[in-house]
Amino acid sequence: MADETISPDAGSWRRKDLLDTDTLSREEIALVLKTAEAMAEVRSRPMPKVATLRGITVVTLFYEQSTRTRASFEVAGKAMGADVVNLTASGSSVEKGESLVDTVRTLEAIGADIIVMRHSKSGAPALAARTTKARVVNGGDGQHAHPTQALLDVFTMQQHLGDLAGKRVVIVGDILHSRVARSNLWALMALGADVTLTGPATLLPQTLVGASEAGRCRTTTDFDAAIEGADVVMALRIQKERQATGLIPSLRDYIRGYQLNETRLARAKPGALVMHPGPKNEGIEVAPSVAAGAASVIDEQVANGVAVRMAVLYLMAGRAA
Amino acid sequence: MSDLLIRGGRVLVPARGIDAVLDVRVRDGVVTEIGTALEPAGGRVIDAEGCIVTAGFVDLHAHLREPGFEQKGTIATETEAALRGGFTTICAMPNTEPAPDSAPVFEALMERLAREARVRVFPLGSVTRRRAGKELSEIAELAAGGCVAISDDGNPVADGRLMRNALALASAAGMVLSEHCDDPELNDGGVINEGRVSERLGLAGQPVAAEVAAIARNIALCEATGARLHIAHVTTARGIELVAGAKARGLPVTCEVTPSHLFLTEDAVAGPGPEPAYDTNARINPPLRTEMDRWALVHALNEGTIDAIATDHAPHAIEDKLCEFDYAAPGIACFETAAGTLLTQVARGELQLARVIEALTSGPVLAWGLDSREKGLGSIEPGGVADIVVLEPGREWTVDATAMASKGKNTPLQGATLTGRVRVVVVGGEVRWESEESDG
Repeated sequence: MADETISPDAGSWRRKDLLDTDTLSREEIALVLKTAEAMAEVRSRPMPKVATLRGITVVTLFYEQSTRTRASFEVAGKAMGADVVNLTASGSSVEKGESLVDTVRTLEAIGADIIVMRHSKSGAPALAARTTKARVVNGGDGQHAHPTQALLDVFTMQQHLGDLAGKRVVIVGDILHSRVARSNLWALMALGADVTLTGPATLLPQTLVGASEAGRCRTTTDFDAAIEGADVVMALRIQKERQATGLIPSLRDYIRGYQLNETRLARAKPGALVMHPGPKNEGIEVAPSVAAGAASVIDEQVANGVAVRMAVLYLMAGRAA
Repeated sequence: MSDLLIRGGRVLVPARGIDAVLDVRVRDGVVTEIGTALEPAGGRVIDAEGCIVTAGFVDLHAHLREPGFEQKGTIATETEAALRGGFTTICAMPNTEPAPDSAPVFEALMERLAREARVRVFPLGSVTRRRAGKELSEIAELAAGGCVAISDDGNPVADGRLMRNALALASAAGMVLSEHCDDPELNDGGVINEGRVSERLGLAGQPVAAEVAAIARNIALCEATGARLHIAHVTTARGIELVAGAKARGLPVTCEVTPSHLFLTEDAVAGPGPEPAYDTNARINPPLRTEMDRWALVHALNEGTIDAIATDHAPHAIEDKLCEFDYAAPGIACFETAAGTLLTQVARGELQLARVIEALTSGPVLAWGLDSREKGLGSIEPGGVADIVVLEPGREWTVDATAMASKGKNTPLQGATLTGRVRVVVVGGEVRWESEESDG
């Protein structure tokens, strides 16, 4: 249980909180990814644990359900010796009507050093971060941001493609309501990738990307054209309630235009990566044969999630080597 | 009542074409004389040199919260805030509990106002019972009880047929109908202007089309009935174009704009920092719009398309705003910053002073016929009521919400430096408020 092999300098991480990727510099992203490589090495050891975060208390505070994010933060914290406390809205004082501000203050008083937070409302982690001296890591807020998902996605892309500058990434689905799409977009643009956002007209943002950034991000309703020559295709989960609210006529109609299937994947660059942040609706946004196919790195994304979240917790805890 | 002389100020009464350094004499609650070198008659003399002297401001759109929501504000606290902001007459929206939808509720409210209010208050009645948009209130009886206008406030009358009937009945009873123009279906779930900021912050947007479509429908109903229609807080460039078009065709349409929409944009929600602040104090309904919309409102005010500047003063308790953005109550406590932001925009050369003063005084009075309730309201004229404001146009000050008289500390302008403020406020001939540093 030694941590002397974790070399990146946590002292160069200057942020109190990690709320989104949109203000991260290329250097900050590189620091997280480099640290994550060291963490992946730790995870590959026969005894995949270190004691780096012994004495640090990490609280996962989840107002919205989650499998991957909550479990991987817990595994990440425990792999570095942190005390990890898991709270969900149901079964806590939130059910008794306690406000977010009071809950966060309570956690600080209990001794939380890092609060990992998931919330269905955009901006909730920003409110929490202003409220507490504890460090706040956004584990996904509403339709706003999901920075650790984006960091694990670019980590996975880099493992396969190397430098992402000039690489073509297509994100397909409900972009308008997707925190994953937003945080990926900012991280990918910082790393110099070309990003195309595609989906039905009702699920595409109109003005998300400013004119000055337009050269590196395109928006189109034509998935078949967008996927031509792509290095990475990331499909997003389509929520079934989008049909009920009239944003799409039917799932059948969505599948016809936007399902990532083998015919469409054949138009991408040979060896292009297939990604999905999960949870998947197989047979809707992605064909089962593609999700399980040779090009799919979906399971790697999940595994990398632990290493990237270890890196984030390590840097946030400020325990320089 | 004793004599009061306000001496040496720039008296600005746009409706009467007055803009000159003059003295104003007040006796027994009314203005008795406007002239030069008036001699003191033993009463108080206010030296207004370097100041602007205007009629007291008249606000067509404010929320006093009482009865029903006294944790947000009371008649006493919010009319004190109005007074300090220079508003000597306010029209109170009916989103109280109970809503003034019948004569007995309205009369009880009038009695409470007579006891508690620090300024003149004309309460509005509701268009529909409980403001639920289903059955009409007893409109003629409300009018007979002294009601000047009706509105369902933040609940637009979605049913076009009901709206048509309400307009016709209100007009026949001599009342204006003030409508929050919004299409609830288009707006469903929206919390800020739909556009760059909403997409960036992942917040549900309120499209411009929701306001524009509702304004267009209501202008059509105004044309169909010939009834008086007042469009509350216009916020969009396209919306104000529709109002200008309706006015050009001679329809009996008037409109208002808020100081918040003249001064701020949707960017206030994100805040000045690199990471979005999600400032719940900048959540307001209708939402703050784009810089293009803001400029259209500024231009329309200078041109005279806009009849009134109305605050939409909406105090909230701390817990209504210290929460997730989607859960935050919409509204800004505006009484005590309105004059400051407007005079700041005058100082910047954006707004024309005479148009601002007109839209704060005679504009709203004429729009709703309030001079028939109180002679000389919105004006300074011999024989007219002595509601007068003395303004210091060059005075810099910093907004401190904790020092506001309003129970609501919900302002997105906390810490902002403004140029120009209210110095003295006279209601019915009595100096009812003056700023601490006033040397009057």
